[in-house]
Amino acid sequence: MTAQRAAAAARAATTLGTGSRRDRIAGHVFLGFLLLSVAVGLVTLGALVVDVLVDGVPKLGKQLLLNPPSVSPEKAGARPAILASLYLGVLIIAFSVPLGVGTAVYLEEYARKDRWYNRLLELNIQNLAAVPSIVYGILGLAFIVRGLGVGRVLLAGAIILTLVVLPTVIVASREAIRAVPDSIRQGAYALGATKWQVVWRQVLPASIPGIATGSILSVSRGIGETAPLLLVGALTYVAFNPSLLGAYTALPIQIFQWIARPQEEFKFLAAGAIIVLLAMLLTLNAFAIWLRNRYQRKW
Amino acid sequence: MPVTEVQPVRIVAVNVEGLTARASSPPDHRETVFGVEGLRVSYSGKPALKDVGMEIYENHITAFIGPSGCGKSTFIRCFNRTNDLILGAKVEGTVLYHGQDLYAPEVDAVEVRKLIGMVFQKPNPFPKSIFDNVAFGPRVIGLGDSLGERVERALHRAALWDEVKDRLEENAYSLSGGQQQRLCIARCLAVDPEVILMDEPCSALDPIATLKIEELMQELKKQYTIIIVTHNMQQAARVSDKTAMMMLYEDTRAGTVIEFDETDTIFTRPEDKRTEDYVTGRFG
Repeated sequence: MTAQRAAAAARAATTLGTGSRRDRIAGHVFLGFLLLSVAVGLVTLGALVVDVLVDGVPKLGKQLLLNPPSVSPEKAGARPAILASLYLGVLIIAFSVPLGVGTAVYLEEYARKDRWYNRLLELNIQNLAAVPSIVYGILGLAFIVRGLGVGRVLLAGAIILTLVVLPTVIVASREAIRAVPDSIRQGAYALGATKWQVVWRQVLPASIPGIATGSILSVSRGIGETAPLLLVGALTYVAFNPSLLGAYTALPIQIFQWIARPQEEFKFLAAGAIIVLLAMLLTLNAFAIWLRNRYQRKW
Repeated sequence: MPVTEVQPVRIVAVNVEGLTARASSPPDHRETVFGVEGLRVSYSGKPALKDVGMEIYENHITAFIGPSGCGKSTFIRCFNRTNDLILGAKVEGTVLYHGQDLYAPEVDAVEVRKLIGMVFQKPNPFPKSIFDNVAFGPRVIGLGDSLGERVERALHRAALWDEVKDRLEENAYSLSGGQQQRLCIARCLAVDPEVILMDEPCSALDPIATLKIEELMQELKKQYTIIIVTHNMQQAARVSDKTAMMMLYEDTRAGTVIEFDETDTIFTRPEDKRTEDYVTGRFG
């Protein structure tokens, strides 16, 4: 007993004093690296936002929001582009949420995980989320614009962007559905509910907050997309309000076009348009965060 | 342990002679609600339960006791076909419900569950209001008329009405654990089942809440037939009329009922040595 205690005391004297010194230094270095990582992101983002704000804020106003584009920077505005981006946002939600939630419900609630075709389907959806959006643009050009003959119109753009965001909507919806504990399903089944009733009356209502949050975040990604729209014909100069089956442009494209202009003035207009786009996306994201906090549920 | 070495020989004797002999003479001639014969359950080919045979009598509380992993929950889930919901689960043998085989091909599992309610180990109220929790069952099976009365009646029977009558629109998660479990009982009563299955209904509750549920069970057995799985032997002794002692076969890792009798007999003069060891706390 006393020998044991003496050994413990000896060990305490050595290790408590010196043993962890190298570990402590390693810990500090690691923490330093973490802070550096955070700083790189924050500083970059901050610099971008400040730069854009300095250039763009003076241009925010009636002219930018309400005028159509023009060759003279004194008159040019982004109204058609802003409207088209709003239309695109609404259409993407309308198309991608039912399809995405439907797929997610099938995969989570109905698909038998031991069937090879369901596993293949899952793998494909995960891979689709990683496909570069320009590839979707090429697909859209070939199959939707030309193949189906929809033409280079707003609807074609909305369909392509729907395909771009669909995998993310599916993944987010699946997570939300999976977060509903099995005990809820069991409880409902035990009361004589059918599968359809369990899904429709318990699982979906309980996962709506998660689905909504995930969908909104995916859609905000879609609104910011430029590459696929370039291919399916978002024009750079549209002087009229967009319509479903008409030519259109979108905010990211308008920004791209203005920046490419030689006149200095257009760069400030572009900065103003970037602020408008950022404001739209931040509003959507804020709404998503609000939804999540408002309906967050602990099981 | 010397006990384990003798077992394989004894199991057969108990199952064949003990159970079949007893099954033929239900004491005090109660109506038989369930008759189980040659029941065998496997999960993805691995046997979990086999050679189970026993009867469940009307307005009795029948308790299943036994060590962890001996198939008590698997067994109770056979009575309302909730094993069907588990991928890879296979149930063979017969479970007769008033003479009708619940596992006959033409029987719809959803219909079975309307008649045989279930209360789970952990209270699992739906993330809805108290009212909507109780109303869910009647709504899905189309008992929508006079829903308010039906909900009130169910809450009365579950001894919860006085505690929640002023807060029916509040979320069920605002209730305490014991109240949530009584809400789950009310939810199950709202569809007028004949049988209530309870899978360790008190294991997540404190002693006072447990006592309330046990008192409630005594009240409920006047109208319903109750089967309860419990880890707590005192609980089985306190509440049940009949007790089935379950145990694993040593060789197959499948569980079975080794002894089934009046609760008093099981706890005071069990026939099987293993039952005696278990109820006296010598193992398990």
